[in-house]
Amino acid sequence: MLQAFAVLLVFQCLGEGLVFLFGWPVPGPVTGMLLLLATLVAVPRLQDVVEAGANELLRHLSLLFVPAGVGIVVAASSAGGQWLAIVVSVVVSTLATMAVTALVLKGLMPRRAPDEEGGGV
Amino acid sequence: MFNFSEIGHFWVYLSASPLLGLTLTLCAYVFAQAVFARCGYSPLANPVAISVAIISLVLVASGMSYQRYFAGAQFVHFLLGPATVALALPLARQVPRLRRSLLPLACALVCGSVTAIVSAVGVAVLLGASPELARTIAPKSATSPIAMAVAEHLGGIPALTAVLVICTGIFGAITGRFLMNVLRIESHAARGLALGVAAHGIGTARAFQVSPEMGAYAGLGMGLNGVLTALLAPWLVPLLMVWLGK
Repeated sequence: MLQAFAVLLVFQCLGEGLVFLFGWPVPGPVTGMLLLLATLVAVPRLQDVVEAGANELLRHLSLLFVPAGVGIVVAASSAGGQWLAIVVSVVVSTLATMAVTALVLKGLMPRRAPDEEGGGV
Repeated sequence: MFNFSEIGHFWVYLSASPLLGLTLTLCAYVFAQAVFARCGYSPLANPVAISVAIISLVLVASGMSYQRYFAGAQFVHFLLGPATVALALPLARQVPRLRRSLLPLACALVCGSVTAIVSAVGVAVLLGASPELARTIAPKSATSPIAMAVAEHLGGIPALTAVLVICTGIFGAITGRFLMNVLRIESHAARGLALGVAAHGIGTARAFQVSPEMGAYAGLGMGLNGVLTALLAPWLVPLLMVWLGK
């Protein structure tokens, strides 16, 4: 668990470092994720080391968004009287993005065995 | 005799320390999780939405400022970094499967990412939003650290972007199942990818609640849409604004 956490932090630091050094427009944690992905694929043994800590963090991923979400209390005033445009834009754009992504993938993906299919979400 | 001014002092002490913000966040989330379980894990009872609503009400009712709350909540917020890195694990486990469908995935990702930016800016501008607001909303489907950086680069309001990102995530996580049912999309790959691209980490959290496979595709969608948004938005948004006459 601690080992896994240390690995995650090391890769986050590496990501932040690279972003800082090269001035990339991508955040450090995302760069760290891509670096860790490449490492885990190259050294599959590492997957079991990271497993416990990574799964524990991902199980509570929703919790980690709560503090930023509460920012709505202060952000509400900075939108002025434009809430209608904001709400409609978020609603329409989110639905359109999900529909386009899923339909394109469904259209291009080779058909899979029926036992791999399933509903949910 | 019980002294009410003592309670006042105690409250001042508590609200000045980070302990209160952290406690409030965890308690609200534990309660929201219980409601979520009680509702049979329905996407309608989204735990992020419930927690945010409870905490916002407490802040407004008690007069505690967001800065003060965040002094405690930042310890939770900080974990977003390592959690983003941790998404590499479910992705690595899906690599053999991803390899087989590299081209379809790449096409779906690019189409989804462009749709997210263009539709957000287009609808906002058509409904009379200011150029500054349109720039604020453009990266709303990307994960919050990327979206905030992009909004800053474009000349939007990063703090408002952070909130819109969370709203987008909650809305996507709540409506995803219904939209996918209407569109008759069954595969966990397509459902997961759509959730990740449109609703970033909150959609991904929702996908993990359904299956690890859906979660892995959502994580892939979230990660790559973040990178794509960071690369596309800086030139796509100015182009759109010129085209829309702003």
